[in-house]
Amino acid sequence: MKHRTACPAEAHVNRRAKAGGFVMAAGAVVVATLSAQSRGLDPAELLKPLGEQWSSYSGDYTGRRYSSLTQINQGTVKNLTLAWTVRLTGGAAGSGPGAGPGGGQQPGAPPVVVGGEGSGDVVVGGNITLKGSILAVNGVLYVTAPDNVWALDAQNGHTLWRYFWKTKGGTHIGNRGAAMWNNYLFFVTPDDYFVSIDARTGKERWHKEIASFAQQYFLTSAPMVVGNHVMVGTGNDLDSPGFLQSFDPETGDLQWKFYTVPMNPGDPGLDTWKNLDAARHGGGHPWLPGVYDAASHLYIFGTGNPTPAYMSTPRGEGMDNLFTCSIVAVNVDTGKMAWYYQTSPHDTHDWDSAQTPVLIDGDFRGSGPRNMVLTASRNGYYFTLDRHTGERMISTKFSETVNWAKGMNERGQPVRDPKKDHDIGGALVSAANGGATNWPPPAFSPDTGLLYVPTAETFAMYYLSETDPRGAMGLGGKDEIGVGSMGTYITAIDYKTGRTVWRHKFRAAPGNNRSASGLLTTAGKLLFGGDISGNIVAFDPANGGILWHSTVGQVTNAPETYMVDGRQYLLVGVGDSLFAFALYQ
Amino acid sequence: MRSFAIGIIVIGLAAALHAQQGRGQRPAAQTPPEGRGQTPRTVTSPRDAYPSRPAADPGAVERGKALYSVNCQFCHGADTRGGDSGPSLLRSGVVLDDQHGELMAPVIQNGRTDRGMPKFNFTAEQIADIAAFVHTFRAAGYDESRMKPPSILVGNAAAGQSYFATKCGACHSPSGDLKGIATRIADERLLQQTWLMPGTGGGRGGPPPVPAPPSRVTVTLPSGEKVSGVLDRVDDFGVALRTDDGAFRSFRTPPSSKTVVDIQDPLKPHKDLLQTYTDADIHNVTAYLVTLK
Repeated sequence: MKHRTACPAEAHVNRRAKAGGFVMAAGAVVVATLSAQSRGLDPAELLKPLGEQWSSYSGDYTGRRYSSLTQINQGTVKNLTLAWTVRLTGGAAGSGPGAGPGGGQQPGAPPVVVGGEGSGDVVVGGNITLKGSILAVNGVLYVTAPDNVWALDAQNGHTLWRYFWKTKGGTHIGNRGAAMWNNYLFFVTPDDYFVSIDARTGKERWHKEIASFAQQYFLTSAPMVVGNHVMVGTGNDLDSPGFLQSFDPETGDLQWKFYTVPMNPGDPGLDTWKNLDAARHGGGHPWLPGVYDAASHLYIFGTGNPTPAYMSTPRGEGMDNLFTCSIVAVNVDTGKMAWYYQTSPHDTHDWDSAQTPVLIDGDFRGSGPRNMVLTASRNGYYFTLDRHTGERMISTKFSETVNWAKGMNERGQPVRDPKKDHDIGGALVSAANGGATNWPPPAFSPDTGLLYVPTAETFAMYYLSETDPRGAMGLGGKDEIGVGSMGTYITAIDYKTGRTVWRHKFRAAPGNNRSASGLLTTAGKLLFGGDISGNIVAFDPANGGILWHSTVGQVTNAPETYMVDGRQYLLVGVGDSLFAFALYQ
Repeated sequence: MRSFAIGIIVIGLAAALHAQQGRGQRPAAQTPPEGRGQTPRTVTSPRDAYPSRPAADPGAVERGKALYSVNCQFCHGADTRGGDSGPSLLRSGVVLDDQHGELMAPVIQNGRTDRGMPKFNFTAEQIADIAAFVHTFRAAGYDESRMKPPSILVGNAAAGQSYFATKCGACHSPSGDLKGIATRIADERLLQQTWLMPGTGGGRGGPPPVPAPPSRVTVTLPSGEKVSGVLDRVDDFGVALRTDDGAFRSFRTPPSSKTVVDIQDPLKPHKDLLQTYTDADIHNVTAYLVTLK
């Protein structure tokens, strides 16, 4: 939200918005772009490997973030230069980007559509921060931040329309992006609404409350479209159960709802909780999008930590607490679970396993072609799983410093050391709460067979701060205070062995304990990521050698790439700004 | 599921910047819309993201408290957080979604006999009073501690003194640089954090961190010339420093560069030791250091 500005178009918009209607100002721009956009995005397009379009959260259903585009490659990357940049403005006021080509408060400013159930009196502190995926479809970018959506011309960043949601509140920690089905866009809000807007105009189609605001749910995930399903998961820090819901893209009607924890007597996994009440308050929120295996109709995603996050006894000391901190596969048509594998039994550090997994096919130690799921978990451990059964094929520790586990059990799961939960005098634990990795997505290159994982090697003291034997709710009951970082890395992991093939440690000032951005890799034999000192960097995916960089500020999302009119772009989000690079012409 | 400190830092920084902005740059939405007169609510973190319930009629709360204490408290606790025989009501979905007893009423009137909860023949008005009382307890995911340990000191000072002599004595002395350290850093937890890693904090609500000494850097140029000073910033592509006579120098160090950057981190011994401590070592050293008044 920026300071007040004044122009006739904005005044018009605000009056109409207060009246509760949709707003269409200065339609010329919209008309001009309608024909280009009117094709929309056929759900069948989503099945294609990542190429010219970026059509869903990870670019395609595999989660690899591996683009087939090769115009920018190891030979040409030195000619990569800024194509355009834009600083985005959100909120009800204002009518366009504050800077950039065609920006400023000009006649013909883009329309601003205002929706939402809030009174308009809730002010969200802080600037817009881009922390999600950006769709690139038919020459248009669809960009989100909490309560805001923008449609931009992918060739110059010019705003076509934007949409603002008046919030009731809720945790505004980030928004991971929009989903698209034909000409409809879908996104979710921190106050628990599922909103559909017309991608051509920004006009709202409908919105539905899909989780209880009173129970302090919040929604951050990018919805995922599969056929005629739109799936989206929950977030919550108050011991409420996690769930994934599937909706009809036309009507928004609920198709199915999958709870990640047992909710009723007889539910599977109930014997891994102290009692039913504990399970029903057990968390496990699937707050990031999953991946999809079209052959088996399985939607595969990670679940969050059990709750209360740091309290063991209320959940049943040492009990697994299923299906939290797990990779879970559900049938997309029925919402029924096909398999699960728990990567952190009985987590006690708020280290969820919600990270978007990666689907690959390939050889595995001479056993012939296998269909696999890869995940590097926030707890510092890496897993290769069988995609059809969830069987663990390999698991290893990819963080060099994590010290919270005693070892691994016969199922390849790390075994928690209760002494490293917390202590009145403090327990020295690696990793700090942010984990060895977090939501910034990894990337996988079939050219190298390596999974690239943003990695942080951190320590913190975990102090028990609540001696009431009933424990605390949510994230309470402990004070976690960092004691430093041993470094921030990109770790390249061989899926066949789980071993680290190379690591790049970002050179930084001692005390800089920022986290690296998510990653992108391409058939141009490039790996892109943001460092912790304000650079977007291109690496050689084979060995981590640095090939190119530009100093743009701390990258806050994962880099993406797309192609329009024969030109390949590299797109990065930096706070409230976007930078698009292309080869010099 | 707190996702990532960077977001919090960004929000916090932005909030701080916001606070510094002049009156003319306040966000438009902070001005109450005409004719509404409500106080705007600002969301800056998950801790203030959810609105409080409107204050209830004090009479209803008093009546509800009386009913609750006689009928409900035994199982659900005086603070509604539950006990051995009854679950917490504070985090209950039914209670959170309830407004004036309408969702609690069926549970109270019908009981949950399969889970050991009896029926209660209260009227709708009585249940509304009980609800008004129950709703005075605020549920928060960032649950404030109620029974904090009085001290973090759990170690053995003699063992700590012995450990200190072996591992820390090469650089530090209890009669030298650490003389009176426990007086200078009176907060025990901040003292522990500071000796573990100078510059790390006292935690939420605690005293501010003790600043860490700066890093120095020596840059050796391809010509062989060496430039040293206090490190300003460094990444894979460049380094900047301030020399001892106050001059600012900045050097590009692209991958092809022959320039050598040598960072002297004064905390390196602390970082090396960090991966060797047992928790008992840490507790013992802190128990020793608090004696250095």
